[in-house]
Amino acid sequence: MFRNQYDTDVTTWSPAGRLFQVEYAMEAVKQGSAAIGLRSKTHVVLACVNKASSELSSHQKKIFKVDDHIGVAIAGLTADGRVLSRYMRNECINYSYTYESPLPVGRLVVQLADKAQVCTQRSWKRPYGVGLLIGGLDESGAHLYYNCPSGNYFEYQAFAIGSRSQAAKTYLERKFETFVDSSRENLIKDALFALRETLQGEKLTSSNCTIAVLGIGEAFSTLDQETVQRLINEFEVVGEDPPAEASAAPDQSDGAEPGPAAAAAAAAADDDDQETPAADQGAAPMDI
Amino acid sequence: MNNLIGSDADSQRTLYPYVTGTSVVGIKYKDGILLAADMGGSYGSTLRYKTVERMKSVGKHSIIGASGEISDFQEIMRYLDELILYDNMWDDGNSFGPKEVHNYLTRVMYNRRNKFNPLWNSLVLGGVKNGQKYLGTVNMIGVHYEDNHVATGFGNHLSRPILRDEWHENLTFEEGVKLLEKCMRVLLYRDRSAVNKLQIAKITEEGVTISQPYSLKTFWNFAAFQNPTVGAEGSW
Repeated sequence: MFRNQYDTDVTTWSPAGRLFQVEYAMEAVKQGSAAIGLRSKTHVVLACVNKASSELSSHQKKIFKVDDHIGVAIAGLTADGRVLSRYMRNECINYSYTYESPLPVGRLVVQLADKAQVCTQRSWKRPYGVGLLIGGLDESGAHLYYNCPSGNYFEYQAFAIGSRSQAAKTYLERKFETFVDSSRENLIKDALFALRETLQGEKLTSSNCTIAVLGIGEAFSTLDQETVQRLINEFEVVGEDPPAEASAAPDQSDGAEPGPAAAAAAAAADDDDQETPAADQGAAPMDI
Repeated sequence: MNNLIGSDADSQRTLYPYVTGTSVVGIKYKDGILLAADMGGSYGSTLRYKTVERMKSVGKHSIIGASGEISDFQEIMRYLDELILYDNMWDDGNSFGPKEVHNYLTRVMYNRRNKFNPLWNSLVLGGVKNGQKYLGTVNMIGVHYEDNHVATGFGNHLSRPILRDEWHENLTFEEGVKLLEKCMRVLLYRDRSAVNKLQIAKITEEGVTISQPYSLKTFWNFAAFQNPTVGAEGSW
């Protein structure tokens, strides 16, 4: 009856000037489990929440090394994320073959964004359903970028994407001014605290998160589980008790009005049995 | 007809060079890099052209000097100008330094020799970026290396022994030019393709300067120059 007439094709405009398919793709990013990134002058830290799709399975990897100087954390369709990671690895390796120097991060990000943009302008394609936080180091220092399915990209001091990322963003917004001169250890600490904000009724442990670091004199690497657990204990990043904030911060991020897009998101999320009934929360079945 | 290498239509390769330039000599000095090359263009053994510029700047941080086929050098310059334009168009504060340009050229040279269609040159690449001096060379088959002083062609035989004896890290600009002129004078006396019209190019953190052409003082009155066949029985 009131079916959306303008969302059957990526390239079809709505009279209001929107591309619904692209917006739906952005919705897929919001439903992936959270990923955060933050940077100082010298270091970038990426962190993510790991969720298993069932009691019987392990979780999927969400942080990838692209090169010694670039790493990426993803939220959304992990399959798309892996394809894009492979693309970025290729670009880096080809660049260093030709020029014997590392590919500047900003250039890789532009190439990636251009690739995503093409998918929004071809009727036979679909946008990538993944958001990427790209951390990197080059001549001009440490950088953190966010690439989204629409082909837009932004540079950040600190950012969070994925489900309940608003809570992490609130934490980061409160503290980001201290990050520029922050030490490596303090960045990791803030990453863990920000990550905790995105958990609901769950304790932060080394088995439900991944942390990766990159900086001057330090190639990109993910921290091993023992190290992460040691840091969690050291910083006393205690988890929250389940009932305390069960209703806190439903993910109503950045003023996107709950229109048809949100309705579609709800439809996509409704067979997710592990989550609270709130429709726009939790992981989509294809992600996790 | 097709064969293993390619079809006959592809076989328009440089089988031997036509117009060539002779040695290029390059050294590091206190503030950067100095290059020297004469301006001759030989057509076989005929000294056909007298004003060939064989040193060019490449972007802000690099300079290239070429010996060998002049037309192939012009093609290389087209590649490099495109590369630098593309680099500038990013307009993001990153830029190719001499190391990147040298490596790029190495790939181009080696790739072309693998197609049995080499660019018939020996190149010297110098530059300064972020306080780092860089001097390297690459030839028509893709052999490449870095050193404190490099030379191509006859310069390898006649100049590098001098440079090994006299080069040091803290050469001033004046000392560097003097040393290069010594090398170029030996080349002028002993390399029949050399001409007495040369340029010196300088690159520092401030940028590139290529001198006006000038000549070296020579003295041909040594007995061996006056009567070269004495003591060489049977030669003309």
